[in-house]
Amino acid sequence: MPSTSIFVDEIPLVRFCLGRADDALVLGHRLSEWSGKAPTLEEELALANIGLDLIGQARALYTYAGGLTGHSEDELAYLRDERGYRNLLLVEQPNGDFAVTIVRQFFYSAFADPFWRAMMGSRAATLAAIAAKAEKEISYHLRHASEWLIRLGDGTEESHRRAQDAVDRLFPFTGEMFGCDDGEESLVAAGVAINPEIIRPVWDATLAEILAHAALTRPRDGWMQTGGRAGVHSEHLGHLLAELQYLQRSYPGAKW
Amino acid sequence: MVTAKNILARALEAAATVTDPEIPALTVADLGVLRGAELVDGTVEILITPTYSGCPAMHVIALDIETALAAAGIAKVRVREVLSPAWTTDWLTDAGREKLAATGIAPPPRAASRRALFGAADIACPRCGSVATEMLAEVVSTACKSLHRCRTCREPFDAFKCHR
Repeated sequence: MPSTSIFVDEIPLVRFCLGRADDALVLGHRLSEWSGKAPTLEEELALANIGLDLIGQARALYTYAGGLTGHSEDELAYLRDERGYRNLLLVEQPNGDFAVTIVRQFFYSAFADPFWRAMMGSRAATLAAIAAKAEKEISYHLRHASEWLIRLGDGTEESHRRAQDAVDRLFPFTGEMFGCDDGEESLVAAGVAINPEIIRPVWDATLAEILAHAALTRPRDGWMQTGGRAGVHSEHLGHLLAELQYLQRSYPGAKW
Repeated sequence: MVTAKNILARALEAAATVTDPEIPALTVADLGVLRGAELVDGTVEILITPTYSGCPAMHVIALDIETALAAAGIAKVRVREVLSPAWTTDWLTDAGREKLAATGIAPPPRAASRRALFGAADIACPRCGSVATEMLAEVVSTACKSLHRCRTCREPFDAFKCHR
């Protein structure tokens, strides 16, 4: 494996897969950062296992995208520069306190669960198969994050304050999930992808239900942060990739 | 005479003896992970379905299958993952469910609602059969199990989580 950066020829299907794979990899990596310092042992295992599910989903998507581009899953993960990453800005946001981690997971899962359920009808058989696996796993991730959000929001004065702060801070990153560029529109027309707008009612309903249980207030819809899908990231992704890619960049082709 | 058909039958028989490294009471056949065998250009391909996307046991299982087939005299082997249809705990065989219970792990409930918050379905104690049980921890030694306590016999036990 070379150590220099690769630039992928992104036909719409490849770009679509890389976006979803990068979401899963970056969020899975963020969760792995809790290893050794989660609040309790049970939660340590839960976060690590949710991270594993996500990295597993990323691998399946990279393998599929790799088959279309001639790159291996490892090359796609380790040799693309920050500007080549297509993940949502939401998932690269730092772990913060436990409330930030849980709210980030809740927002992502409340979107990804209905997203993958709808993708099970994709005309691309491999994507439909990946969607069927991801949907089962993320329905559990959503339940896990929802239960924690209710505990935190409806907990002590401090946990409520921290949970509401996290909701307010991360909410402006959620609009990007519903974006659909011209390339994706062509995939939607071909029955390969879905337009995320169709799952907005499910997302709204999930937020309404869980935030009400948690005694938290949904911020008003307003200006939203975007850029991740186009490779324009917050300052945090570069640091994350430096850690994620270090080994393969320094020791090209290193194997366990 | 060695025919393709009986090579595949032997291969499947050998693969079916491989156990899950995290739950050694169960074989890959009990789990429903073993999906079939095909002969492709003289190589035996064993088809398996991953349980969870990131389950670390899958690599070990693939390696163990290759080893088991080598021991059965089949050298050219490849293990291939088949994603669709996606595995669910409903694929555990009845024999597998009995083996789980015999080792003290409650088998996964067949009809639990996966969206119920804070809710665990009634899980019967694998020791005394009582359904007066409570969950102590949702994530324990492996992601696919949870920890419970029986309020009747007072014993703690693991339960295999419902995944569907």
